[in-house]
Amino acid sequence: MGLQDKLNDLLQQGLKQVEESVNLESINDVRVKMLGKKGPITEVLRGMRDLSAEERPKVGQFANEVRDQLTNAIDEQRAKLENAKLNDQLKKEAIDVTLPGNSVAQGQPHVIQQIIDELVDLFIGMGYVVAEGSEVEEDRYNFEMLNLPKDHPARDMQDTFYVTPEILMRTQTSPMQARTLETHDFSKGPLKMVSPGKVYRRDTDDATHSHQFHQVEGLVIGKHITMADLKGTLEVVAQDLFGDELEVRLRPSYFPFTEPSVEADITCFNCHGKGCAICKYTGWIEVLGAGMTHPNVLKMAGVDPEEYGGFAFGLGPDRFAMLKYGVNDIRDFYQNDVRFLTQFDQKG
Amino acid sequence: MKVSYKWLQEYLDIDVKPKDLAEKLARTSVDINDVYSPSDGLTKLVVGYVTSLKPHPDSDHLAICQVNIGEAEDVQIVCGAPNIAANHNVIVALPGARIGNNIKIKRSKMRGELSEGMICALQEIGFTEKVAPKAYDEGIWFLPEEAKPGESIFPYLGMDDVIIDTDITPNRGDMFSMRGNVNDIAAFYDLKPHFTEKKVVENSDEQTSDLISAAIPNPEIAPTYKLRVIKDVQIADSPLWLQIKLWNAGIRPINNVVDVTNYILIKYGQPLHSFDYNKLPSHDISVRHAHQGEEFVTLDKDTRELIAEDIVVTAGDKPVALAGTMGGLETAISDDTTAVTLESAIFDSILVRKQARRLDLHSESSTRFERGIDPATVETAVDEAAQMIAELAHGTVTTGIVTGSETKPKPVIVKVTLARINHVLGTSLVAQDVTDIFNRLAFVSEFNGDTFTVDVPTRRWDVNIEADLLEEIARIFGYDNIPSTLPAQTNNVGGLDAEQKLIRSSRHVLEGLGLNQAISYSLTTIEKAQQFQITNGGTPMVLDYPMSQDHVATRMNLISGLLIDVAYNVARSQENIALYEQGRTFVPVAADQRPTEEEHIAGVVTGKLLTDTWHDKTEAVDFYQIKGIVEQFLQNMALTGNVTFVANTARKEMHPGRTADIFLDDQIIGYVGEIHPNTAKEYKIPESYVFELNLEPIIANDKIARHYQEISKYPSITRDIAMLVNDYITNQEIVSLIQDKGGAFLTDVTLFDVYQGTHVPEGKKSLAYSLTYQDKNETLVEDKVNQAFDKVTAKLIEEFDITVR
Repeated sequence: MGLQDKLNDLLQQGLKQVEESVNLESINDVRVKMLGKKGPITEVLRGMRDLSAEERPKVGQFANEVRDQLTNAIDEQRAKLENAKLNDQLKKEAIDVTLPGNSVAQGQPHVIQQIIDELVDLFIGMGYVVAEGSEVEEDRYNFEMLNLPKDHPARDMQDTFYVTPEILMRTQTSPMQARTLETHDFSKGPLKMVSPGKVYRRDTDDATHSHQFHQVEGLVIGKHITMADLKGTLEVVAQDLFGDELEVRLRPSYFPFTEPSVEADITCFNCHGKGCAICKYTGWIEVLGAGMTHPNVLKMAGVDPEEYGGFAFGLGPDRFAMLKYGVNDIRDFYQNDVRFLTQFDQKG
Repeated sequence: MKVSYKWLQEYLDIDVKPKDLAEKLARTSVDINDVYSPSDGLTKLVVGYVTSLKPHPDSDHLAICQVNIGEAEDVQIVCGAPNIAANHNVIVALPGARIGNNIKIKRSKMRGELSEGMICALQEIGFTEKVAPKAYDEGIWFLPEEAKPGESIFPYLGMDDVIIDTDITPNRGDMFSMRGNVNDIAAFYDLKPHFTEKKVVENSDEQTSDLISAAIPNPEIAPTYKLRVIKDVQIADSPLWLQIKLWNAGIRPINNVVDVTNYILIKYGQPLHSFDYNKLPSHDISVRHAHQGEEFVTLDKDTRELIAEDIVVTAGDKPVALAGTMGGLETAISDDTTAVTLESAIFDSILVRKQARRLDLHSESSTRFERGIDPATVETAVDEAAQMIAELAHGTVTTGIVTGSETKPKPVIVKVTLARINHVLGTSLVAQDVTDIFNRLAFVSEFNGDTFTVDVPTRRWDVNIEADLLEEIARIFGYDNIPSTLPAQTNNVGGLDAEQKLIRSSRHVLEGLGLNQAISYSLTTIEKAQQFQITNGGTPMVLDYPMSQDHVATRMNLISGLLIDVAYNVARSQENIALYEQGRTFVPVAADQRPTEEEHIAGVVTGKLLTDTWHDKTEAVDFYQIKGIVEQFLQNMALTGNVTFVANTARKEMHPGRTADIFLDDQIIGYVGEIHPNTAKEYKIPESYVFELNLEPIIANDKIARHYQEISKYPSITRDIAMLVNDYITNQEIVSLIQDKGGAFLTDVTLFDVYQGTHVPEGKKSLAYSLTYQDKNETLVEDKVNQAFDKVTAKLIEEFDITVR
């Protein structure tokens, strides 16, 4: 039997053993046995010195081919076995992925805060500054400078918590109108501000009344501010909050610090104008009050109403939240039940 | 005001649906509460003629009636009304009818007798007790003789009308009358109203001034005061048409004198008062302020104690009416009245408002005096009333009006330029458009090519200045027709300022750390207001006239509000509560001065911050967890100042051993710790951990500028040290010393173990720290680290007498 036949034999033998290997240990054994320094191939190669110079390279080449073939077969089989072993292990590691994940701590902004932030951001986008005033105000700024002298009947519309005859819990965010008008430098351009914050009324708390709630006031005063600008602004606000497919209607109203005064309604988002319990079967929902700033307000703040004018508006985040999310008890906002607070957690 | 559509139609040729009219009113004039017909929800109510009746054999109050309902044969209906009588037309609810309160009528047997329907009282077909005539309180209503059996009752009772219930803003007092509504509706539909005024015929030669006098020494409280006298009246029920007008307006018909005054009130918005002429204690009438403590019995039989600010109408100085608010019992019109004194006046709106408010006597009259009266129709109204009483009560009107005071209205001329109109409204109206609007409003106007000069009629006393005219133009032109634009962009930049940004991010940080934002009440009890103060600021600001004892004072801390929230949750079986609040606290300055408002932020955690899951059991919150939140928060605030925590055993509401004051450099800015068990008990809450920080010094402190620190590519070396130390030595002292003396390459000190117990002697504790050294510029050699570590160990031994373990 020539060396070549021997090698061939060894190759067939080796491939058979590789094929028969069922685990990593036995494949390793095959490798050591067949390809090791003391293995049969090495032995065969040792016998090459007896070959003629012609035959030697041929047999040498063949021997290398056999070695490579076996090495490849072993590697291939090993990879296969390793893969099988890993798959086996992964199978064992399988878990019920439908079991719930661990809890993580994440707090939520209050729903009223969310509405205020949304509004404030909307106005910032339109170039407004944000001016928060004091919650304890002077009668002068809360009423008098807003064209509500002491015996004005409209004061009855707002029951007030007084501290002294001149100091009170602000009943509206409107005092910031007078305060910003007094300090604004009109040589630097028009005044555009929003003022969000808490306000207080002497009310008994029930499902629809709260002695504490929120308002967002807005004021734009300049040389060329029109009622059309007010209308456009209110439409942007109403549609941003409630959806841009809704119609906005303005209707006359009365506020002592604006003239003309309007109330803005939107088509009821629940029934789309057909009439339902939310809109009290009118098809409309009142969302904010506004108007063109009364010349007396400008005058009292030292601004010339002949030269400057503009608009103001006020809206209620509590009411918005109630409408938008179907909250039917205003006290829910201030009792802070965690089951209430954590409901408004969608970030999108 | 409840505006009758049918009544409007008497003065206006209007043919829009009432619902559309209401929508137009809302968009142009006043808000709408409701649009309804009195017959809404009622069915199968017909005229029935009681042909005969006999008593029910098994009842002492029921009657068995045979009723003609327009069918071939009479039907039998059992009726329990005490005033049921034969030969009258009555209201019959047929079987299947719906009557008031959505009640369905069925054919039934009443004590064995068949009853095919029900004979109804007004209250049973939707009339409120307040409106249904008193005479029929206990019984059924009789329809007029001419009513045809079988026909619907609705037209006979005015129930086929539609009522537009308007909600009138304080400025539009003119809309409290039919006249005002007619004028406004005419303006926005461009109609010509045919409003009719009835002229008085003085059919008695007797001079009114011989019968009565009026002197108003203080015309400020009653700027206009007029009287008429009607003699020989016969008090009776008003005709049905008048009663219908009143009850559809929500006013109860009483008799032919009082009803006329109410009719005039609705028609003109001019309240009238009728006195029984013969019961007046004197015929010298005046109006004055009440005497402090003076007593007066009003129409509703209540004895009212008056104050000096009240105003009364007097006869010979004896009060006979609360001016503009309510008449007196003694001089009221009654069935035996034969002569009537009619008062038509204008009283001071503020005084009437205060009086009505104080006595809780808001009435149709007081509302109108409060909102304003047209001086031009004071006389028209009393004349028409006198004439109607003469006609309906067969009275004689004496000659002349007695006038106690009269203030002639001043003409109101307002000017506005066309340019101004378009400048303010953002419109592009031409002169003709504006003139048309003024014409529709029946305002006399002149245009000189530039400026409109407008003569405002007295009935629109709300229009006085240019802005008022602009409103009239805008609303009649239609807000829908005004274009929508946004203010022209200028180079003003909007945005939050630094303080506002910090406050907003302070909220986001705490939300990221797992706390939910709460908004609690700022007004609380005096006790809660002054608990938990960071530094004692005294006693809180207190309201003069609070509404409830729970909300009396302005808070000086946020924690007490959060604990109320925790208690609310605990009472509802919520165990894990993690809240924060950002808001104002109110630090008193001095009486008669507004408090300083400080922005604070506070948090509370009760139970667990993380909820247990099947996989993960979490620990209940403890001091170190809430402290971790505070530390992370302060870290995020990027303060350049040095933050330290110092134990404070003296905070009354806090656990003495588990509370730390928080300092920014040497200023106290807040504290963190566990609520004292006694305080927790008072609030009815379990073990809870809180913190409160004053944001003002945090806002004021300079912030660390953001600058990237290159990450060293050279390896770091750590050395651990475990030591025994006297247990009164704090971690903070040790860490400070290590940081201070640790050498240039020390980059971090981490406490990794605290132990007290077995193998540690009494009075000692074992602390273990890991110190990390690194050189930014080269690989640190062991020698340098050893030197630095030995030095710091020696310092620790020297300063704190530690034993290295």
